[in-house]
Amino acid sequence: MLEDLSGKLESTLRRLRGYGKLTENNIADALKEIRRALLEADVNYKVVKEFIDEVQKEAVGEEVLKSVTPGQMIVKIVNDKLVKLLGTTATQIKSAGIPPTIIMIAGLQGSGKTTFSAKLAAWLQKRGRKPMLAALDVYRPAAIQQLKVLGRGLNVPVYEEGPGDPIRIGMNAVNAARRQMCDTVILDTAGRLHVDEAMMRELVNVKNRVRPHEILFVADGMTGQDAVNTASEFAEKLNYDGVVLTKMDGDTRGGAALSIRAVTGKPIKFLSIGEKTTAETIEPFFPDRLASRILGMGDVVSLVEKAQETIDQEKAAKLEERLRKNQFTLEDFLEQLQQIKKMGPLENLLGMIPGIGAQLKNVKVDPKAFSRTEAIIYSMTREEREKPQILNGSRRKRIARGSGTRVQDVKQLIKQYDQMKKMFKQMKGRPGKGLRGLPLNFM
Amino acid sequence: MFGKLKKGLSKTRGGVFGKINRILTAKRKIDDDLLDELEELLITADVGVSATLDMIENIRQKVRKEKYETTEELNRLIIEAVREELTFDEPPIPDSKPYVILMIGVNGTGKTTSTAKLAHYYKQQGKDVLLAAADTFRAAAIDQLATWGERLGVRVIRHQAHSDPAAVVFDACASAVASHADVLIIDTAGRLHNKVNLMNELEKINRVISRQIPDAPHEVILVLDAGNGQNAVQQAREFIKVAKVNALFLSKLDGTAKGGVVLGIKKELGIPVRYIGVGEQVDDMERFDAGAFVEGLFEKE
Repeated sequence: MLEDLSGKLESTLRRLRGYGKLTENNIADALKEIRRALLEADVNYKVVKEFIDEVQKEAVGEEVLKSVTPGQMIVKIVNDKLVKLLGTTATQIKSAGIPPTIIMIAGLQGSGKTTFSAKLAAWLQKRGRKPMLAALDVYRPAAIQQLKVLGRGLNVPVYEEGPGDPIRIGMNAVNAARRQMCDTVILDTAGRLHVDEAMMRELVNVKNRVRPHEILFVADGMTGQDAVNTASEFAEKLNYDGVVLTKMDGDTRGGAALSIRAVTGKPIKFLSIGEKTTAETIEPFFPDRLASRILGMGDVVSLVEKAQETIDQEKAAKLEERLRKNQFTLEDFLEQLQQIKKMGPLENLLGMIPGIGAQLKNVKVDPKAFSRTEAIIYSMTREEREKPQILNGSRRKRIARGSGTRVQDVKQLIKQYDQMKKMFKQMKGRPGKGLRGLPLNFM
Repeated sequence: MFGKLKKGLSKTRGGVFGKINRILTAKRKIDDDLLDELEELLITADVGVSATLDMIENIRQKVRKEKYETTEELNRLIIEAVREELTFDEPPIPDSKPYVILMIGVNGTGKTTSTAKLAHYYKQQGKDVLLAAADTFRAAAIDQLATWGERLGVRVIRHQAHSDPAAVVFDACASAVASHADVLIIDTAGRLHNKVNLMNELEKINRVISRQIPDAPHEVILVLDAGNGQNAVQQAREFIKVAKVNALFLSKLDGTAKGGVVLGIKKELGIPVRYIGVGEQVDDMERFDAGAFVEGLFEKE
């Protein structure tokens, strides 16, 4: 399904090549696909609508960078905006001036509150804190037992009073924590529907009486369109400090995260991965990762970004000029090579390109081949680099010796260079085709 | 019988589908704007982009062909369209003995609670029900089912925590046969559908059941959280590979979530909704009736 989308976008975007500027017309199809991608990722309808409108406004009139295609450019704009909307990586949990710090966990039924509570305890423990768990879910059968079992496994004390009054239990838990020198109390509350007035009132009462320093809203990563309703209702009643997305080890695209962010503005603090209750199953939230997950685009965005970062626009322009005049020399070849090297391991790079990624997924690129090529070119004289046609047998032998390679290697390089030159010749007069700054083909 | 359903659905109706009525009565002509709004309503109900577009296209064609003009007519058209999508098979009446039901799904959808509801449902009909606590993984899941068993007066076959769930199932099947139980309901651990090992485990459980009792499991129920979005389709797609899922239990329909994703699942995989969950009590369950469901959704206040 994900590949589908990526492929679809790719073909839409391919049609976009060859434009110098983004206009309302030439991006309409791409935006339509992106809209669909977002909706299929479960981002709320209204949020998508607003988002697409804004992207359109921003994109129209934008100059297309030399090193990327217009299609990639839009993806980049969309992605940047998504990342910005999704917020920052924030794993800070408020702590009390005088311990214990009280953390309250709230959310719908089955979102994973109890499991997350235990994970959080493990996570805090690993950071040198001494947490206590408190069982405030007095409704679900065996919920208390569940917390006790998890606490025992972690060696974390669990405060419980059986099926009592959650407010009372919360207050008593804080006192118990103080007595047992625990610096943090995690209140695991019962799951409830946001439309259940009595149960929501109970939560507000716990908040007002027990006074937690930090309230986390736990949301199932697979949540659909309704995420906006539940998240905003909980936010209105509790004004929570952050959001936890659970079950993110599934294959959900996680669009709910964007919906929740958009309607509540609350930061996403943690992702919860897996059922084991260890510190490692809590991950900090990285907006950029989630953005490409929501878009289902592989990492084409990172590729564009890396291209932008590392490929000097001016150099690219100069190269283009030389290509146009068919003056591509080994010197340029070397420069291209170094530009690419700056972008990181080639396997990663190839994997980032949708389409190419799939074909070359298992291709291993020898990083040494790079240095060999470099060494060979470095062993040439300036004249040889500018005019490779003067390379005769004795020159090749000298170069091979100088670079610690074999004569075949030198020959091979010259062959590659010739092929590339030919390729560029074909491309001449067709500006805007292909990944101009990225002659990956010669690898 | 449908009183509870209507109560549970009242919020649903007040939400998206209630809005359909408002839009339809507020406007007169069936035009593109109206269909756009309909599209928004359906997508907001988690019906999914493709299913929604298909439905809208369907309606558009019918409107063109049969010259519908008033919203009253469109109203009927939509009800028809949804009903068509949701045509379901009548829930089977247990005739084999024991009648074996396997409950499966991702984590936190409400399998254990739904298991208890079904046990209650069959018990009410005077059936002898046996439960199997095959979720040996989640802490205290066995206790949770055992508590329900006590409350309902239903026997629960259980092993130690972290024991092999297939072994629990083996014992439960043997016990159901030996004690001439009418219905055996097996509660399994929640598992994400992309976890290969866990899905293999489920396949094994399924195999153990079939070996013990021919033709069993008679009903494999995938429990879906109504709050889930399009990932539910993916869940169904994967679960159907390891167990012959033949029914959906749509849980938590008493919130504002619409569970519209079942339309897509029915369309793509042909799995009908058979039960809906509308609360945390044992009797907060209804057998799904497409007609009543759709009527309920579009009923005028």
